[in-house]
Amino acid sequence: AMEDVSAKFVSQKISRTRWRPLPPAALQSPDVFATGSWDNEDNRISIWSSGDLGNAGLNGEYHGEPRLLCDIQHNGDVMDMQFLDQERIVVASSTGTVTIFRHHQNNQTLSANHRWEKAHYHVDQDTSCGGAACTGVVCSNPEIVTVGEDGRINLFRADQKDAVRTIDNADSSTLHAVTFLRTTEILTVNSIGQLKIWDLRHQRNEPSQIFSLAGDRVPLHCVDRHPNQQHIVATGGQDGMLSIWDIRQGTMPVSLLNAHEAEMWEVHFHPSDPDHLFTCSEDGSLWHWDASTNVSEKPSFLHQGGRSTAYLSHSTINQSVVSAWLSNDPTKDRMEITNLIPNQTLSVNSLDVLGPCLVYGTDTEAIYVNRQLFA
Amino acid sequence: RALTGSVAGTGEGAPSTSRVFVVRRDQDIYIQTLRKLFNESHGIFMGLQRSEEELAGKSRKAQLVQVSKNYRSVIRACMEDMHQAAISTRDPALQGQYSTQVSILSAMELIWNLCEILFVEAAAAGPLLLRLLDWVRLHVCDVDSMVREVLSSENPSKHKLFWNVVDIFVLQGRMDEARHLLSKEASANPTSMNMYKILDDLMKKMPVPSLGNTQTLTELELKWQHWHEECQRYLQDGTFASNPHMESICKVLLGDEDAILEKKELMTTWYHFLVTRLLYSHPTVKPMELRFYAQSSMDLFLGGESSPEPLDMILMAAFEFEMHQVIKECSIVLSNWWFVAHLTDLLDHCKLLQSHNLYFGSNMREFLLLEYASGLFSHHSLWQLGVDYFDHCPQYGRVYLELHIERIPLSTEQKALKVLRICEQRQMHEQVRSICKIMAMKALRNNRLGSALSWSIRAKDAAFATLISDRFLKDYCERGCFSDLDLIDNLGPSMLLSDRLTFLGKYREFHRLYGEKRFPEAARLLLTLMTAHIAPCSFWMTLLTDALPLLEQKEVIFSAEQTYELMRCLEDLTAGNPDKQKFQDDDVETTKVEMLRLALARNLARVIVKEGTVEGS
Repeated sequence: AMEDVSAKFVSQKISRTRWRPLPPAALQSPDVFATGSWDNEDNRISIWSSGDLGNAGLNGEYHGEPRLLCDIQHNGDVMDMQFLDQERIVVASSTGTVTIFRHHQNNQTLSANHRWEKAHYHVDQDTSCGGAACTGVVCSNPEIVTVGEDGRINLFRADQKDAVRTIDNADSSTLHAVTFLRTTEILTVNSIGQLKIWDLRHQRNEPSQIFSLAGDRVPLHCVDRHPNQQHIVATGGQDGMLSIWDIRQGTMPVSLLNAHEAEMWEVHFHPSDPDHLFTCSEDGSLWHWDASTNVSEKPSFLHQGGRSTAYLSHSTINQSVVSAWLSNDPTKDRMEITNLIPNQTLSVNSLDVLGPCLVYGTDTEAIYVNRQLFA
Repeated sequence: RALTGSVAGTGEGAPSTSRVFVVRRDQDIYIQTLRKLFNESHGIFMGLQRSEEELAGKSRKAQLVQVSKNYRSVIRACMEDMHQAAISTRDPALQGQYSTQVSILSAMELIWNLCEILFVEAAAAGPLLLRLLDWVRLHVCDVDSMVREVLSSENPSKHKLFWNVVDIFVLQGRMDEARHLLSKEASANPTSMNMYKILDDLMKKMPVPSLGNTQTLTELELKWQHWHEECQRYLQDGTFASNPHMESICKVLLGDEDAILEKKELMTTWYHFLVTRLLYSHPTVKPMELRFYAQSSMDLFLGGESSPEPLDMILMAAFEFEMHQVIKECSIVLSNWWFVAHLTDLLDHCKLLQSHNLYFGSNMREFLLLEYASGLFSHHSLWQLGVDYFDHCPQYGRVYLELHIERIPLSTEQKALKVLRICEQRQMHEQVRSICKIMAMKALRNNRLGSALSWSIRAKDAAFATLISDRFLKDYCERGCFSDLDLIDNLGPSMLLSDRLTFLGKYREFHRLYGEKRFPEAARLLLTLMTAHIAPCSFWMTLLTDALPLLEQKEVIFSAEQTYELMRCLEDLTAGNPDKQKFQDDDVETTKVEMLRLALARNLARVIVKEGTVEGS
């Protein structure tokens, strides 16, 4: 609900926001998040606490604006960011450098732990025109994969000085984002509208599969994979279109959903409730796509937290598990789409969801936290 | 405007004696805390521009008052942050700077609040006084610390500041609080009980304007007149003669100017004096009467000892309802256009500003917004806010935007995309082309052909797409194979952007077909490329050379007609360049041509035989 959003103006345009992951058996809601800024002479990585723990309300909710725990200077725009583990966060810079920062919780400081300078660069240093930004980073501890404007893919291991593997000229255009498909496969999207699968076990420098949109080669800016069903992938394009792909079949998307009026910067499946999808855009809106109404007669054991025994026949179970995203026919089934921002102005550059909490950052130099997303 | 300069070195080890001066306009913008002010007020500004003008009368006014209050709360929040910054910094220079900002913001809020009462809300006689009292209580002097000190002492009525606090409560019309304190004095001093009871009663009964419509002005005036006469009687009877403090209070209640002026130190400002005067001599004052009281109050208060400061002149102009004067004075005094731009815009929405055409034709509101937004554009980050402000300047906004947006440094692709989106949304086609060309050129220099193509597609720039295709073809000729197959193989409809690009796509398709051993299709495509003039003439030799292996195949691929076409192409090619044959270096060329002629002739022979023998081949 709208009233549960707390906002804070932070005097820096926010390019990325990320929740710190919770320990595996954790019951509480996420509390700490990180932000990165862009377009400043002095960019910063900041760690925030999202609620004043001292002021619990009547129902034990926290009401309070985000509180800065610590921050550190960052060279270049923060292009992408992901937590490697509870203490470390990997940051991609517009200078082409990739840095691991460590958050010391005992004295609330940040320090640069490890740095790969010029992870991304343009080949001919003499004639090159400017640096190449590192545009995307994804981690699966201890592996880190980065992509950039130079069309290069790097595979690093935390604490190993040199790259484990580098695919030069993997793409002739800019790679905008990367994510893991499986433990040894990654997905990339680029500025000529292609989705590519790379198998890192193979030594050849070619993608194992290439998907593209049917019409104009509209650049793709973001990609995310369904948390449970690994064949379902969502991408967001420069025209604000959301595409859902089934990578088991065909080379074209399963559905194209006309969404935003400008670039879609991020798309996220909710990690524990993947019938919910979130997208944010340059047009200043943040949409919550709720496909949970699509699946009829969803057995109770599929709901979050339920541990009741299922008294259903095997066939029914299989049928119900077909994802709402693939069976989507907008004219037939109802998908609820809500714009979570009442008075939109400038771009929402980034969002992250974890549990019942949503955090997002904008070009109006503000961060917003909603701790009661599904209330 | 305040200009500041700093020197930047040139670095890089080159022997240089030149220095570069970094000149910055509007130093204010660079103060971190003020950025919040700019961003938050941007949101309020946009909300105001988009708000429903259909609402009329009271609801529209209420809406505008709310907007005004929102602006003020943003100023106050900024003040609070600035104050926190001032007390937490250890650098005395910074502390001085922050403290100065706090007082500037405080003055801004003071002025804005008065403008809200007089212009936006346009409070009428009656409520006007109540609003002015609130204004004074909120802004003018800080009684809280004094009050706390007195109340927390063991014997409040014996505290040396006791009567000061009672006096200030009376001066600000805070009767209940004054009476509460007086009761402590009464209980400590039983002899003055009688006096106290009378004074208390008078203070309790004092008629004040009400916010609701419970009484008319005439009723109020009547009641007030009676009450005033009662006070007069008590004073003249000498009821308070033995207690000078209480007598002085009674005189204040009667609106005695001298008595009020005695408490000058407590009131600290002439506008406090003004409101107190009005409260006790003319509570039903009408807005238009304010000017007379204001002028005389200032004169009496300053008494020729000190001259009015800029803030005083601004407030005076407001009391005189000279809106343009207020804006003009503020523009001169403040170093940043923020205040006047937003206030003027609000007043314009209240339909209060006549279109005062300035010498270059646009009105005051637009002029101020243009200045403010231009200032934003000089900031490395706040330029995005400036765009929206230009959008709402109907006359010159677009021109200003076009000029400013071209000067934003496009340091990353991401930033270029955002600037591009702004231009596209406003149909600024020239700027779109220009930006895409710059980015495409950069990409090309870095050998990122796919990126370069992506930018060309966005700008629908056929010429650049041709340039890129030529680059690909050149690479192919030099290396004998295609680079970036992932791009060429997947061009899709964008292939049609330029002829050269189409050729590139089709040529690659020819190679693919050949690789898949689909020779007849490959042959047909190859021929089409030449005969339909899709291929540039410079490439024809290469195409014909590509035809050689097809001609040499065991199976006959080219039909007779196709062979004649090929021959014609070859002759067209060689006929056009007689000089080439004479060059010694072009031995290779002559050999190629000879080989082609031979292959074509052989193919022709075979195909004539084939077509002649087989039925309907």
